[in-house]
Amino acid sequence: MTSVQLHYFAVLREQRGLASEVLSTPAVDAAALYAELSARHGFTLPVDRVRVAIDGEFASWNTPLREGAELVFIPPVAGG
Amino acid sequence: MTFRISTAPLDPPALARELLDLRAGAYVEFQGWVRNHNEGQPVEALEYESYVALAEKEGARILAEVAARTTILGAACVHRTGLLQLGELAVWVGVTAAHRGDAFDACRAIIDETKARVPIWKKEHYTSGATGWINCATRGDFAEPAAARVPSHPDPSGSSR
Repeated sequence: MTSVQLHYFAVLREQRGLASEVLSTPAVDAAALYAELSARHGFTLPVDRVRVAIDGEFASWNTPLREGAELVFIPPVAGG
Repeated sequence: MTFRISTAPLDPPALARELLDLRAGAYVEFQGWVRNHNEGQPVEALEYESYVALAEKEGARILAEVAARTTILGAACVHRTGLLQLGELAVWVGVTAAHRGDAFDACRAIIDETKARVPIWKKEHYTSGATGWINCATRGDFAEPAAARVPSHPDPSGSSR
């Protein structure tokens, strides 16, 4: 199990019902973690419409999870 | 070259003064305002939120990329977060250059890239009382063109677009 810090924004924050949490997960990478959370919380965005940031920088979905890492799932952006 | 997220209202004259440069013959500014409709629905207010740490990093990259391929002298962008009312200023871009061509082109590029890449989200509050996160619909409750305009799965490096 790996313990990670999660921050949620926009539609994912509302669907999760909170903005941040520390989670212990069996997921090996960011994609597996998103799948786990989608199944648990009913996220409506498919993974191919979301990006992931790890420790404050965009990252690949297959990045292995590191103990203590900070992950943010990025829904489709809409600035302007 | 600064890119900032601001919870406070923006002051364009003050922002423009920060770009004053005696080498500049052109100053171009873009203001994005909260309008009263979108995709055929009357809008009452907009709510913006941002992943500030990454937004300011990605925004700084956009300014540096545009500066590297043009001859602009200065550029800045500030985006609001929070609940904004109709007519309020949501985003401001300012660019200085020796001549107008590069200033116009760079200003356009900066706002286009900002909308496509920077982690900022917009929730529309409709007069009907309904709300919706723009580009995040998955069940057809928003017109698809809105989602199609913004690439939904850009290159993970964030640098090749």
